[in-house]
Amino acid sequence: MGISEISIERQDSSVASESPELLVSKRLNHLRMLESESIYILREAAAEFARPVMLYSIGKDSSVMLRLAQKAFFPGKIPFPLLHIDTSFKFPEMIEFRDSYAKQIGAELIVHKNQDALDAGANPFLLGTQKCCGLLKTKSLLDALTEGGFDAAFGGARRDEEKSRAKERIYSFRDSLGQWDPKNQRPELWNIFNSRLDKGESIRVFPLSNWTELDVWLYIHVEQIPIVPLYFSREREVVLRNGSIVVINNSSQLLPGEKTQTLKCRMRSLGCVSCTGAIRSEADTLPKIIEEMVSFRRSERENRAIDHDEEGSMELKKREGYF
Amino acid sequence: MISSAKNAPADAFAAFLDQDLSTKLLRFTTAGSVDDGKSTLIGRLLHDSKAVYEDQLASVKRSRINRSTGPIDFSLITDGLRAEREQGITIDVAYRYFATSRRKFIIADTPGHEQYTRNMATGASTADLAVILIDATKGLLAQTRRHAFIASVLGIKHVLAAVNKMDLAEYREDLFLKLKDDFVTLAAQLGITNVQCIPISALEGDNIVERSARMRWYDGPTLLEHLETVPLPDSDSLEGFRFPIQSVIRPDANFRGFAGRIASGVVRPGDSVVALPSGQKTRVHSIVTYDGDLPRASSPMSVTLQLEAEIDLSRGDMLVSSLDVPRVARNFHATVVWLHANPLELGRTYLVKHTVRQTKIRATRIRHRVNINTLMQEQATQLRMNEIGSVEFEANVPLFFDPYASNRTTGSFILIDALSNATVGAGMIQEDPAAKRGSAPAEAAANLRIPAGSPVSAQERRIRRGHWPAVLLLEGRQALATRLERHLFEQGFEVLHLTDSAVSTVALSETIRVTQAAGIVVLYSGSDLDAETKRLIATNSEGRFFDLAESKTSHLSEEEHAGQALAFAQALRLPRAEKNQEKVN
Ligand SMILES: Nc1nc2c(ncn2[C@@H]2O[C@H](COP(=O)(O)OP(=O)(O)OP(=O)(O)O)[C@@H](O)[C@H]2O)c(=O)[nH]1
Ligand SMILES: [Mg+2]
Repeated sequence: MGISEISIERQDSSVASESPELLVSKRLNHLRMLESESIYILREAAAEFARPVMLYSIGKDSSVMLRLAQKAFFPGKIPFPLLHIDTSFKFPEMIEFRDSYAKQIGAELIVHKNQDALDAGANPFLLGTQKCCGLLKTKSLLDALTEGGFDAAFGGARRDEEKSRAKERIYSFRDSLGQWDPKNQRPELWNIFNSRLDKGESIRVFPLSNWTELDVWLYIHVEQIPIVPLYFSREREVVLRNGSIVVINNSSQLLPGEKTQTLKCRMRSLGCVSCTGAIRSEADTLPKIIEEMVSFRRSERENRAIDHDEEGSMELKKREGYF
Repeated sequence: MISSAKNAPADAFAAFLDQDLSTKLLRFTTAGSVDDGKSTLIGRLLHDSKAVYEDQLASVKRSRINRSTGPIDFSLITDGLRAEREQGITIDVAYRYFATSRRKFIIADTPGHEQYTRNMATGASTADLAVILIDATKGLLAQTRRHAFIASVLGIKHVLAAVNKMDLAEYREDLFLKLKDDFVTLAAQLGITNVQCIPISALEGDNIVERSARMRWYDGPTLLEHLETVPLPDSDSLEGFRFPIQSVIRPDANFRGFAGRIASGVVRPGDSVVALPSGQKTRVHSIVTYDGDLPRASSPMSVTLQLEAEIDLSRGDMLVSSLDVPRVARNFHATVVWLHANPLELGRTYLVKHTVRQTKIRATRIRHRVNINTLMQEQATQLRMNEIGSVEFEANVPLFFDPYASNRTTGSFILIDALSNATVGAGMIQEDPAAKRGSAPAEAAANLRIPAGSPVSAQERRIRRGHWPAVLLLEGRQALATRLERHLFEQGFEVLHLTDSAVSTVALSETIRVTQAAGIVVLYSGSDLDAETKRLIATNSEGRFFDLAESKTSHLSEEEHAGQALAFAQALRLPRAEKNQEKVN
């Protein structure tokens, strides 16, 4: 709301006057620009694919993507289901938020778990993050896409997140095994997307490709988008493990010999409990989060164990079919 | 939350928010030959403007690869794929984002290697400005020319030529001036008018963010200064309204809206619009968004339009301003950049995606291919990968388009191989002088049709008749033309049916010129017009020209043909606002 008011006001005043400053401000502000591009992408993919689905991870990017989908099809409903790949190691606050928010906006929600792997006892401590992610996220995702017969999946990934994501197209082609071939991507000129697929192939669609982390927070603020409370700082029970702050919800999450302490902290990005570290922070409101964000010298994925196993590990995971 | 004046931090935040939301965005691309230092430059720019996170920089420093002669290989900041790091070249475009207090930037760092020209074109297609690198020790290379040429055909208005590796050339002014001369000559040949040349060293950081102490002879802007101050294109242009329909939104029986992104122009409730291809005319009822109805929307906003009349409209159709319609035709010619190893074949059927419309298309003739080294036009029967040429096309159904030079969205298309699904070509539609579209701003041209000194203007004649003049060619369809003449006359059109017995083919284009000056809608039912005569008729009717032969498809019935002609005629009607002017004037 805030954004549209700002840009409309500026535009109208610029029509009346010919002064150079005002003429310059005829250009839409960048958030409006990003918003309109994302809505265009969502509408294109929804119209062109037989069975699209939105990967909903409950995080801040997903929340923005979901709001953009509401806008894209307003006053209609979102014409595709949301899919959450639940590793069963997510924060309880995330699951709570997911279920109540999906219900509130009237979206269809599919939750998928790799139950076979979970039954066999898969967990990050036993398998290590790489293998655990491979089974509970990548494999689970590929299975869910195949089972659902989805030919397109929206993801909230942004190019500014990570160096291999910086290379990805908005329509990212996947072969029949769900794999990405970064050396052989389709040219993607202007905003004209090639949605042609053969049987079994699919496309990942990234409507937020051109958004930065700051853009996402600004948008959440001006649009007043609800987000999981874990993003806001408060005193939490944590342990310090391998240099990262791990939030503890119940004692079963403790390793032998570990003791909890109370710390004012929050999550900068959301993932699985044991693999996503919190950061020390005083930011308990959106303006404070944004101010803190502007001062950050380190990337948001730094607190994600999976990205640091080896150089280029995100690229490897993406090639195999990771989001 | 941020309203309290006493609350200082909140106030600061409000100021920050206001500043950030009013910051404008510049999209730019790098270009140039392999190893000229494009990625190093972008890495350096991000590093020096403090846009690289510490952990990301640490991972670059930790890398076992360093192909530069300095302590940090800045190219690793954007070369994010393993294969790129291992081979020391950029393979695909990397998008990077950064902001200064003056502007936000989206950078596309593209590969210089000829094999990956398609990825360079990808990055350049959305750019407002191109930073073209020239290696000071090598000068202008074939790839430098190719990229400069692609940048110019993609319509990039601003070029920054960065003469790089000045550290390897003793920071010599004479060398810079010579290369600057070479580039300015090339740019002039390509019609690029806004050129800024800057001597830099990406590796050492000279003239990137900080002014170089080693090139005191240079007094122009640094690279960042130029990027922060170069004028931005205006997105809210005076171009005609174009609204490709992405989908119909119909949640229940009470609401029917058309969703899309405004490709150009402005729209307000009450505006008169024409639906293409049907030619039906109606008015905009409301501009609907999640945040409420808007009094006005402009390109590139994504909105949903409700119309006053229930008209037939679906995905791929287009709503346009009734005062300024695009060309509607199956035939056009375009500059094509070929992107695939299998060459463009004449006569072969490809898929074309133009705005949100997809159909089949054939290339019928290659007018010429451009030799990258000499920039001369040469004869060709095919276009191979990375070649650029001017190609004539025939689509299965009419497309609604403008020349790329005046509209990047409605003037561009991609070609897809229907078998492999690969994107094989990118096209930019060229202006066709024989088929200039009629529009209100074309008034000056319209006046030329009237004998000099005429006291009655074309606009006055048009307003009296309530419609634009035009020509409908209905070759060999005398019966159809007779029916249409009566029908259109009854609908209030000033209409005249000419047969080949009434006017000889030789005199036809001249007769057309006179009837058009008089403001009349002409139906011509003679047959066997040659291409040249048609071209003349198109010129003399300023593109308000309907040719049944162009839409002749065997499955269409007489009724459907009549419907097409009527729809075309309906689009000629003036909106009420313009009609009322007669009383005012
Ligand atoms: N001495 C010197 N070397 C440079 C400079 N800029 C780049 N280089 C070196 O030139 C080589 C190529 O640099 P890149 O940045 O990878 O070149 P590029 O233009 O991105 O290459 P492609 O993307 O593969 O076309 C590397 O070894 C760089 O360290 C410079 O200003 N001075
Ligand atoms: Mg490079």
